[in-house]
Amino acid sequence: MGEPAFEDILIPRPEGLYCPVGDFYVDPVRPVAKALITHGHADHARSGHGAVLASQQTLDIMAIRYGEDFAKSRQAVDGPVEVNGVTVSFHPAGHVLGSCQIRLEAKGMVAVVSGDYSRVANPACAPFEPVPCDLFITEATFALPVFKHPDPADEIAKLLASVRAFPERPHLIGAYALGKAQRVIMLLREAGYDAPIYVHGALQRLSDYHIQQGVPLGDLRPATMDKAEARALREAIVISPPSAFASPWVQRFADPVIGFASGWMQIRARARQRGVELPLIISDHVDWPDLTATIQEIDPGEFWITHGRDDALMRWAELNQRRARPLHLVGYEEEPE
Amino acid sequence: MKAYAALLERLAFTPGRNAKLALLQNYLTTAPDPDRGYALASLTGELDFAGAKPALLRALVSERVDSELFTMSYHYVGDLAETIALIWPGQGEARDVPLSEVVERLNAASKTETPAMIADWLDALDPSERLALLKLMTGGMRVGVSARLALTALAGTGDVPLDDIMELWAGFKPPYEPLFAWIAGGPKPEPTIKAPFRPVMLSTPNDYEGLSALDPADFAAEWKWDGIRVQAAAHGYERRLYSRTGEDISAAFPDIVDRMEFSGALDGELIVRRADEVAPFGDLQKRLNRKTASKALLSSHPAALRLYDILIWDDEDMRELPFHERRARLEAAVTTLDPLRFDASPLLDFDTWDALAAHRADPPAAVIEGVMLKRLDSAYVAGRPRGPWFKWKRDPMIVDAVLLYAQRGHGKRSGFYSDFTFGVWDDDRLVPVGKAYSGFTDEELKRLDKFVRQNTVERFGPVRSLSPELVVEVAFEGLNRSKRHKSGVAMRFPRISRIRWDKPAKEADHLTTLEAMLP
Repeated sequence: MGEPAFEDILIPRPEGLYCPVGDFYVDPVRPVAKALITHGHADHARSGHGAVLASQQTLDIMAIRYGEDFAKSRQAVDGPVEVNGVTVSFHPAGHVLGSCQIRLEAKGMVAVVSGDYSRVANPACAPFEPVPCDLFITEATFALPVFKHPDPADEIAKLLASVRAFPERPHLIGAYALGKAQRVIMLLREAGYDAPIYVHGALQRLSDYHIQQGVPLGDLRPATMDKAEARALREAIVISPPSAFASPWVQRFADPVIGFASGWMQIRARARQRGVELPLIISDHVDWPDLTATIQEIDPGEFWITHGRDDALMRWAELNQRRARPLHLVGYEEEPE
Repeated sequence: MKAYAALLERLAFTPGRNAKLALLQNYLTTAPDPDRGYALASLTGELDFAGAKPALLRALVSERVDSELFTMSYHYVGDLAETIALIWPGQGEARDVPLSEVVERLNAASKTETPAMIADWLDALDPSERLALLKLMTGGMRVGVSARLALTALAGTGDVPLDDIMELWAGFKPPYEPLFAWIAGGPKPEPTIKAPFRPVMLSTPNDYEGLSALDPADFAAEWKWDGIRVQAAAHGYERRLYSRTGEDISAAFPDIVDRMEFSGALDGELIVRRADEVAPFGDLQKRLNRKTASKALLSSHPAALRLYDILIWDDEDMRELPFHERRARLEAAVTTLDPLRFDASPLLDFDTWDALAAHRADPPAAVIEGVMLKRLDSAYVAGRPRGPWFKWKRDPMIVDAVLLYAQRGHGKRSGFYSDFTFGVWDDDRLVPVGKAYSGFTDEELKRLDKFVRQNTVERFGPVRSLSPELVVEVAFEGLNRSKRHKSGVAMRFPRISRIRWDKPAKEADHLTTLEAMLP
């Protein structure tokens, strides 16, 4: 046997990242026998696996999304565990409620699969924990130097200014159901907005779960009012999944301002494509400065890029003399609906 | 720059006119002088900085960012100014750089000082302000605000009518402090301009039925020429050609301005005319929206004025005179002008509405859009009063087209698919020929929305491509050749005049039908 190589503990496969020593996958995009899941977004946490190991909150979220029978068996992590000779531990990723990085140690090497992560404070989850490692696996969703996400409080101030400027127009803010929607609500509460916030039905159960987990969201009301009620609203903020803007549900509101809370809103053409009138740059992923600073801070021997804009990050690695490899994993969306 | 950048950002994403007005008014009442004056000038196109060109900006950014990373970013973002604004290192400082400081220093700086000055600002500003700065310097704000809309917002901040502002506007330079003071209730400033714009009189539409109730003997009639309505105002050495909204377009028409050898104000149609032949609107379009006109263009596309009315002549204000008297004065005035550039629009001979209808049905040139009717006793008054002047347009052109794409509307039409792209047959495939946003009732809008949802083939963001099944009758006012459109033709004012739920798509019109309608 020669030198141990990173490929002994992690290799990219069509199903996702595979650990040959432990015989399991991390965030597989197809059903597998044994899966470790970083967080509950639908592209990372799919149903139909044999055994699932994840944080208790991620397991709860999967049960809410897919039903209690989303996997044959499940185990919540509680400290380091041994899986077929691999020492596995979960560490906060700062992305959404329950999100974790997964640390794998075997054959004298440490690899960290970070999943999706953020370095910006988020009251719904513990902050990202830099974990020393030989191999760091990173996303590259916003890996272009143009992505420098502003302070989310400033973006929320924009929304509140617009509500004051157009009190008769309900503000419909598109936000993904897990994480972003609750984040927008929390940011509004932090900014002192204590009026009821209307939420689309598709957000109800995940928002209730946040409240149950101790995340204060304040007074939420279902956005299921009839047309007459919808037209009597003043200074109203309604949060909905972006896909709802294409449905007749919107037609009950008179002359709404359509907003969208996403890191993509930094690019004007993206906001225009979406038909958005009020783009709010609020992201739960690392932007370019945070991504590159995180790699410098962790200082791994090598880093791999799962998905996103790997060409720019590879160029950055070259300029900074870092070993890097793009994995071109298929199946992770840019941001899940 | 913070308030100005926030305004531009919001305007760029706001499609509705009323919402745009509200945003502009809010800015103009809260921003201090002289910032708001410069902001207004940037929107009305009155600012021009010589030293700040895209090549300079590229050079500045290449000193700070790896060129490969810049290229990747530029390809992704698609806009040079936006890429630079976002990629520039740092996130700015808390200090607010006043817009006036930027404008005044840019105006005063020498060519060698400019690059360092711009770099300092880019360091100090946040990305949204940087974009505002870069758009300001390179021109082309692209926020969907015309000069007229900006001035309408200005008028809305006080009690001075827009028309009064328009009369004085061209005589003042940024930052317009006397104008702001006047609109806020101060004294009316002395006009600094000798040849101001006078608000134009407009007509209302009418038809055979509506006219039948009126006495034809009370009216004069003339052709409605398909150019753009302008006002030629001259006094002493000052000569100005205004659009009907008061925009000064003199610079693009030196051939007209050079021959404005009179003192007064004349109302007419700006056209391209070669000897006696009036060219199609497409020819005039080549002369519009330019800062200057080349010699070649001046000789290949010579402009002329076909005069409708006389407002001022040799210091005499004629606007109170009845139309028939003004007409006699106009005819006398025209004899003193260069016939190559100026002629009077001929009056039509008619004694009954049927006789006029016969004229209208058989115009002597394709560039005639219908007939105009003016009460012989009508004074020249600003605005669009109902009664003294009518336009009786020729019937619109009609074509049966197939709906190809639908896009979600904004504002009151949020959630409805209300913006449609339609096409006609070219052999056995459909080519898009235009877009329409109007012409249907609320009930039809609901039915169209349902059709779109049930017949979607693909989705691209807010756009859906449709299974080519629904035929609509599209009415439009004219047709030009266009290299920008795949079909080679561009419609003017297309709207959906009828939805043909009954008609199979195969029976929609062919491109050859449209081509035969070209002037």
